Amino acid sequence: MTQAVHEAPVAATRRLNLGAVAPFLALALVCGLGAAANARFLSFDNLTNVLARSTFIATIAVGQTLVITAGGLDLSVGAMAAFIAGLEILFLNSGLIENTTLLIVSAMALSLAVGALCGLFNGVTTTLGKIEPFIVTLGTMGIFRSLLTWLAQGGSITIRSNDVRAAYRQVYFGDLFGAPYPVLVIFGVAIVGAFILYSTAYGRHVRAVGSNEDVARYSGINVARVRTITYVLQGLCVAIAVVVYVPRLSSASAATGLGWELVAITAVVVGGTRLKGGVGRVWGTIAGALILEVIGNIMLLSNVVSEYLIGAVQGAIIIIAMLAQRGLARNR
Amino acid sequence: MKRILVGLAVIGLMVGAAQAQQTKTIAVSVPTADHGWTGGVVFHAMEEAKALEKRYPGLKVIVKTSPDPAAQANALEDLSTQGIDALVVLPHDPNVLTDPIRKVKNKGTFVTVVDRIADDRSIYDLYVGGDNPGLGAQAAEFFKKAMPNGGDIVVIRGLPIPIDKMRVDAFNEGVKGTKINVIDSQFGNWSRDDAFKVMQDFLTKHPKIDAAWVQDDDMAIGVFEAIAQAKRSDIKFVIAGAGAKDMVKRVMDGDPKMPVDVLYSPTMVAAAMDLTALGLEDKIPVRGDYILKASLITKDNAKDFYFKDSPF
Repeated sequence: MTQAVHEAPVAATRRLNLGAVAPFLALALVCGLGAAANARFLSFDNLTNVLARSTFIATIAVGQTLVITAGGLDLSVGAMAAFIAGLEILFLNSGLIENTTLLIVSAMALSLAVGALCGLFNGVTTTLGKIEPFIVTLGTMGIFRSLLTWLAQGGSITIRSNDVRAAYRQVYFGDLFGAPYPVLVIFGVAIVGAFILYSTAYGRHVRAVGSNEDVARYSGINVARVRTITYVLQGLCVAIAVVVYVPRLSSASAATGLGWELVAITAVVVGGTRLKGGVGRVWGTIAGALILEVIGNIMLLSNVVSEYLIGAVQGAIIIIAMLAQRGLARNR
Repeated sequence: MKRILVGLAVIGLMVGAAQAQQTKTIAVSVPTADHGWTGGVVFHAMEEAKALEKRYPGLKVIVKTSPDPAAQANALEDLSTQGIDALVVLPHDPNVLTDPIRKVKNKGTFVTVVDRIADDRSIYDLYVGGDNPGLGAQAAEFFKKAMPNGGDIVVIRGLPIPIDKMRVDAFNEGVKGTKINVIDSQFGNWSRDDAFKVMQDFLTKHPKIDAAWVQDDDMAIGVFEAIAQAKRSDIKFVIAGAGAKDMVKRVMDGDPKMPVDVLYSPTMVAAAMDLTALGLEDKIPVRGDYILKASLITKDNAKDFYFKDSPF
């Protein structure tokens, strides 16, 4: 029984490796399109803008990759992001800590804790309650978003102190030796995510649970625990995204994170992770998130596409990129 | 079954009691606070409900929020069965809600529609709305005055719905024939995050932008952030609209980057409730169409449009 679990990936290794490169080829293709559309596409400023913007989706999508690989799904991520952002800003406004740096660091820690708890709630309800993750996270999606709307009393929550704003702003707009912090965050999260999924026993369990739940259970894997932890990691990823999101506009409103869940899931699938579970590609997910953001960027930079048709062209490019990627993975 | 019967009996008693006291009820149905402007609508509806109940003893005002058009249609049915004398409704989507509103009206209830209306104007007694073409026209008027020698401007629109088109068409009409060029125009979905992205890309694409017209105050927040990040000094000012308190504050404080704002205020719901109560309680004929002016908010009059406690 254990052999069956381990054999599947081994047999498919050749195809998997080619499949892993495919999303990056698709990304290169899309970038080529961008360069053709407008010479400014390749300017340093534009590229860092796009990379920084994709941080939220990319970070959340890394968590989603783990959840989906384990055979789950999390629809609550966008609403969760809004809820955590609201709490973080309220904490920043509370003035509990005098020292600005300490205040911001504590706010970040609080966000991570809240994210982990939100994820734990999703995980425990799904596994112990034995309810479809689709339903659970659809429920928590409504709960988190309403809580934010309630906290904001229907408006928006904004960082009040100008000092805190100015100091925290650096987290989104600042850089380390020319590399903007958000970009470092993407790579950090991806490296950790890839390490967990590919190089740890837990990662192997995640894949085993996703490819065949029963076989995994008979092999002595605690399926509920493995799945619950993926949701906790997803919650942490959402919190990391929020920590970078809040300093950008210093505010959260009912519109914060609206629709992020679908974009994140799209990024995961475009990146080559199987929606049914069992096969996860963290780096592919990053490529997927970048592809989606770059397409949006190209649409605005080009003068060809009418503002009314952007959605259609975007949709077509995503499908073409997927087809090209599948074709590559099959032929070689 | 028993419980249902008891429940019905209790409701029957309550309705009976209510009728015995000769109270009148106004139901207010508005969208859930899903973005800044609707947040303002909910706030002002709640405040006005309290004020009206104080002003007219015996008047009951119920405010009900709904997350989407279908839920609002159900809410209208529920409110109507409770027995109401007047309905004030700000429909999510006027096309979807035309028939549910007509049903309420056919029962003899006084109907007031706020802000959004489809083609059928027979479904209401009273209409209170903002001046959508006026919002675009007022902004265009200011651009003409502020840029007599013309210039290159970018436009960030809302969502592709009729309100947005009315505003943009009026704006384009207003700047037609002048040296003001709209060099780019995109949808920002009335979201500050989307507006941030769109403005970032505009700044990448166009080396020189003289000014921006952003359709809504929420989006202006994202636009200002994008300009600050790009460290661009060519953009002289940004004009938005709605009358959000943060933006009115900027105008009030004399921010050169935001010299004026154009009013399209969520307070219109309060005006509608007031007029409805006036007809219901004071028997003053109020039927008709009321269009609130898209006033230009300037440094001098900004204090009249500043609601400190409103979430919007």
